[in-house]
Amino acid sequence: MEFKNYYDVLGVSRGADAAEIKKAFRKLARTYHPDINTGAEAEAKFKDVNEAYEVLKDPERRAAYDQLGKEPPQGGAGYSPPPGWDSGFAFSDSGGHDDAAFSEFFETLFRRDRAPRGGMGAARGADSHGRIEVAVEDAFTGATRQLSLRSPVVGPDGTVTLKHRTIAVTIPKGIGAGQHIRLAGQGEPGFGQGPAGDLFLEVSFAPHPVYRPDGRDLHLDLPIAPWEAALGGHVVMPTPGGKVDLRIPRNARTGQKMRLKGKGLPGTPAGDIYATLKIVNPKVETAQARAFFEKMSKEMPFDPRAHLGG
Amino acid sequence: MKKTKPHSTVVTALSLQDLCRFCQADEAWVMELVQHGVLEPKGNSVESWQFMGRSIVRAKKARRLNRDLGINTAGVALVLELLEERDAVLRRLAQYDGLS
Repeated sequence: MEFKNYYDVLGVSRGADAAEIKKAFRKLARTYHPDINTGAEAEAKFKDVNEAYEVLKDPERRAAYDQLGKEPPQGGAGYSPPPGWDSGFAFSDSGGHDDAAFSEFFETLFRRDRAPRGGMGAARGADSHGRIEVAVEDAFTGATRQLSLRSPVVGPDGTVTLKHRTIAVTIPKGIGAGQHIRLAGQGEPGFGQGPAGDLFLEVSFAPHPVYRPDGRDLHLDLPIAPWEAALGGHVVMPTPGGKVDLRIPRNARTGQKMRLKGKGLPGTPAGDIYATLKIVNPKVETAQARAFFEKMSKEMPFDPRAHLGG
Repeated sequence: MKKTKPHSTVVTALSLQDLCRFCQADEAWVMELVQHGVLEPKGNSVESWQFMGRSIVRAKKARRLNRDLGINTAGVALVLELLEERDAVLRRLAQYDGLS
């Protein structure tokens, strides 16, 4: 388990008062809120900041934390590193911070005193919320992904342990960013005879080297050769849904946008693919290629800078 | 809800009660978002309201912004609009990055 220095996380001194801590937290929360900051590390940072504030805003927890003291010597005797928990997935605590899984450090220290619930009557378990990143290709074909998650579990004696489990998630064909996959009964366990809650996974697309999704539409840059641009004609473009034939108009320009109706993400209606043309010059390496270009330079009356005047 | 596996479904439409449970919010709060035009349910009466894809994501985001940053409904409405505008601009920008 990794020792967490909550004061460092919030960037305040150990002597900071409640107002200072609140101010630092608010500022950081705004900066790293995952709905505002789309950076890759924002979500983890936001979680850290919340965890730190959860402890430092509460005088009792803060006192307990302070007593625990300074960081252990040699960077953490007695603390083993936390389990990797990144596999394309992270919990976002929609359940109010108190019920979300924080670091093992936090869970072990501050959840010990939670009494086991249940025994009296039955109640439905709370829903859990998380995120899942899927590849653009998966949305075309559908896929099954293994998702590893962990959640705090209260034992019969009131101690809290983090339980790890892996579940299979079906990514249906045609799923889009912002949609939710519901896994019935995979949320928090119910109390007494009550049923377990559901797990909701918010889908987002993993960054793709070629495609930029926008709803069901996909945007990409399509490189074409200068002669393809000048003469026009058909080019074959591979897409996750299969090869498609695209007609390039004569005298095509860089930046010109071609629409391939219905070739985007599947659905009713299916999205479109927007290919933005990008004229790419071949690298001239042979004498023959050089001769071609020299011939063009001599015989083509073309001044690309004519509009600059002078 | 579309079936994809015995226990795994895609959330496509939620009633007012389902949305409240989904966002862990009360009905009054959801009504306020509807009044501010943040959420646009289908259906003529509150009882028959169905919240579709975009409204579901917006409700969840609104709830997080409200809870995590203490933003009120008018503020949430504005933030969501600006975020959507920003995302559109970023997508457009990404399109030109590749051409330079």
